[in-house]
Amino acid sequence: MSEYTFRIWRGDSASGEFVDYQTEVDDGMVVLDVLHRIQAEQAGDMALRWNCKAGKCGSCGMEVNGKPKLACMTRMNTYLEEDVITVQPLKTFPVIKDLVCDVSWNYDQNLKIRPFKPGPADSDGRYRMSQKDVDRVQEFRKCIECYLCQDVCHVLRDHKRTDVFVGPRFMIRAASLDMHPLDVEDRIPDIRDELGSGYCNITRCCTDVCPENISITDNAIIPLKERVADRYYDPIIWLNNKVSGLFQNGSKT
Amino acid sequence: MNADISEIQTFDHDVVVIGAGGAGLRAAIECSAQGLNTGMICKSLLGKAHTVMAEGGVAASLGHTDQRDNWKVHFRDTIRGGKFLNQWRMAELHAQHAADRVRELEEWGAVFDRTPDGYINQRPFGGHRYPRLAHTGDRTGLEIIRTLQDYGIHQGIHVHQECTGLKLLKDSGRISGVLGYWRDTGRFVLFRTKAVIMSTGGAGKIWRVTSNSWEYTGDGIEMAYSAGAELIDMEFAQFHPTGMIWPISVRGILVTEGVRGEGGVLLNSENERFMFNYTPDRFKEETADSPEEAQRWLDGDASARRPPELLTRDVVAKSIMKEVEAGRGSPHGGAYLDIASRRDGEYIKRKLPSMYHQFKELAEVDITKERMEVGPTLHYMMGGIAVDGDTQMTAVPGLFACGECTGGMHGANRLGGNSLSDLLVFGWLAGKGAKDYVGQLSRPLQIVPEHIEEARREAVAPLNIEGGENPYLLHEELQNIMNDVNIVRTADGLKRAIESLQKLKPRVANIYAAGSSQYNPGWNQALSMRPMVMVAEAVARAALIREESRGAHTRLDFEGEREEWGNINVMMCQNADGSMDIRKVQRDVPPDHLAEIAYANLEDLEGGLHV
Ligand SMILES: Cc1cc2nc3c(=O)[nH]c(=O)nc-3n(C[C@H](O)[C@H](O)[C@H](O)COP(=O)(O)OP(=O)(O)OC[C@H]3O[C@@H](n4cnc5c(N)ncnc54)[C@H](O)[C@@H]3O)c2cc1C
Ligand code: SF4
Ligand code: SF4
Ligand code: FES
Repeated sequence: MSEYTFRIWRGDSASGEFVDYQTEVDDGMVVLDVLHRIQAEQAGDMALRWNCKAGKCGSCGMEVNGKPKLACMTRMNTYLEEDVITVQPLKTFPVIKDLVCDVSWNYDQNLKIRPFKPGPADSDGRYRMSQKDVDRVQEFRKCIECYLCQDVCHVLRDHKRTDVFVGPRFMIRAASLDMHPLDVEDRIPDIRDELGSGYCNITRCCTDVCPENISITDNAIIPLKERVADRYYDPIIWLNNKVSGLFQNGSKT
Repeated sequence: MNADISEIQTFDHDVVVIGAGGAGLRAAIECSAQGLNTGMICKSLLGKAHTVMAEGGVAASLGHTDQRDNWKVHFRDTIRGGKFLNQWRMAELHAQHAADRVRELEEWGAVFDRTPDGYINQRPFGGHRYPRLAHTGDRTGLEIIRTLQDYGIHQGIHVHQECTGLKLLKDSGRISGVLGYWRDTGRFVLFRTKAVIMSTGGAGKIWRVTSNSWEYTGDGIEMAYSAGAELIDMEFAQFHPTGMIWPISVRGILVTEGVRGEGGVLLNSENERFMFNYTPDRFKEETADSPEEAQRWLDGDASARRPPELLTRDVVAKSIMKEVEAGRGSPHGGAYLDIASRRDGEYIKRKLPSMYHQFKELAEVDITKERMEVGPTLHYMMGGIAVDGDTQMTAVPGLFACGECTGGMHGANRLGGNSLSDLLVFGWLAGKGAKDYVGQLSRPLQIVPEHIEEARREAVAPLNIEGGENPYLLHEELQNIMNDVNIVRTADGLKRAIESLQKLKPRVANIYAAGSSQYNPGWNQALSMRPMVMVAEAVARAALIREESRGAHTRLDFEGEREEWGNINVMMCQNADGSMDIRKVQRDVPPDHLAEIAYANLEDLEGGLHV
């Protein structure tokens, strides 16, 4: 057991400040355990979100020593006892109270994405897909909606372009539909116009923080940008892709 | 205080679904499809409910991996796993409709793992005769909740997130509204509605070692009970055999049964595969009796029987306990779970990625190279709100329920994978039930202002009792009391627990939550204490009355199943004076066609034939 100092942001949308808490830390604890201990013993009304405590629900995103992290997956033994550990809410979204912020903007972005639209089933009424074809979609569907990627994307965080860019989380959601072997919706115009694919300039900061290790930039955003470019800027490539795609696996490539 | 409710924010809906897990979402989608104005409230953000954590898979007799499977075999497995206490009609509907509900998810965009010929793949799980669990790696719950969420947001459902339901309101016996509060502001909110569908999940937080999150405090069970609904089978709480046990801070976190489904084995400190010593007579015929046969099963030999690690959860959990008691436990009081020596590293990472990740990050164990240490953890409530099998309506007109907060479907023990399918089937049916009910309502419903005033007064009390009890510490005390209502029970322990719970009640009424009502977890915790204590008492009292050991309920003073109890369900409801009424109720005689399936030989069912 050892004693640590936590410097936690306390406050609401009107005002706030960092408050120091000294607390015991046991072997094997993660940051979330420590926050719970502080809550139970010293700060009963300290607001924070969590559910699964195992990196599966994406509720506990916060900034620990300036880095976006899942509190439940951040082990205390990655910090030194003499360091002060600073904890604050995700900066990109408006704070509600303490470590909880208003992430409702993300739910609004999801609505901009057209629902899944499957083509016809096989004659036996069932759908067939090969594991190989669903692998890349499954990578994107691992997303736990923790919004850490949204938090670091400079388009949203620094340039505040929440009006035009849906952010990396929803780019991968669009990719998961666009690359879904059964989906027949043409999503390219929306990806450019509604989702704002052009605003991403491939800094890969989102990929670096994703706790699910999704290759957001390389596997989702870049291929989508390429498709947009093909469609709008080079009709020959677009047509070519479309035609060869038809021979590969149905209506879309 | 006057009873003026006009200043409370108010919404009008035809139906309000309380809870946004798999059951609530599926119910809301159906309500909306049926043309009802549908509201849905949930304590957390949308998509974070327990369902998101489900790992192993959803059970449905699709017959993709073994064509011998069909709904009858699924029904038979479910009833046998439930030790013949399941509600017959629910188990029947569940087995019949699960496959269609899973296929429907695929039409809504779910991406399950595939068989070599491109269909939904299915993995073996405890108590299921054939590989039956459709899955997406070991994050099936995420796949399902996200599919329902992304489909649901386009169906016109009004979602009210981070809103906690406190009390059901009635107009001369019928449901007419729900009172709740917003977590962020602490303000009260009123939903006028013709029907409510309860889908709030379980109550695992009354136990210390649990796979459940803070949300599982039995709110829905308490709200329904207080409104006059009956509860059934409350003594049956499932301990999952494999929770993490080390380090202490992760104790209880689930290790999916999928590890054993993929070939993982349980070992004691002497490196013995001890489960071979614990196969109950009822399952001997269907269980491998040597490691050699178990290996052939793993290699795909259709004539080999399932390994004993895949016996039902109650059996495996108790076997681990017995090994520990006999001094053959692992260093931290559990057993070893070994997949590393059974499958190659790449396979493990592909089929069990989140287990790999979870152990690596939280315990610094590489499961492709090392053994895991595991032990029982409270996981699931078989007991809950009693409903009509076809409509999902409770004893209260206009109140429906589905998902883990209900009881009856799983009897004395739930099979893995049967919860996710339960959510889909009964969520769907509850939506239909609510539609039928709302359609035949003939008069407008009223809200009684005094009922709201009373609930409001009670809810704000903890903010004003300076010097009262600490909600977090009181919660710990409750968990201590529940050590007597654990995986094994005795009359003495249960009586002690009931007595301690009585003493706890006045202290719960005297809780103090510092701070304001604005996003205040201390206050939220204070408000969840009453439901937790109520559910704890129901479990303890039902456990005391059932003088036998069956499924998840083990009485050291009454070992083994007793014939006279095989036909009894324990039902509870609230008396007019607020005390708990508890009754032994004779079970319905099963209709002939179901009795025939339940007691049939497997060979008769595998043809899918005459029964
Ligand atoms: C770690 C883990 C793994 C599991 N794996 C599997 C598996 O592989 N297969 C399987 O079949 N089952 C599995 N289960 C069980 C299964 O996941 C659950 O039983 C199931 O998800 C419960 O779903 P539900 O819709 O009933 O409730 P939940 O998904 O728990 O949803 C409950 C909802 O109710 C809301 N709520 C609660 N109280 C209130 C209130 N007072 N006011 C407003 N809203 C409220 C919550 O916010 C939440 O939205 C697993 C469970 C766990 C914990
Ligand atoms: S790669 Fe694009 S989406 Fe990701 S952080 Fe950079 S700009 Fe944002
Ligand atoms: S993509 Fe990764 S970082 Fe972004 S929300 Fe999903 S899981 Fe979180
Ligand atoms: S609590 Fe679920 S991801 Fe941290």
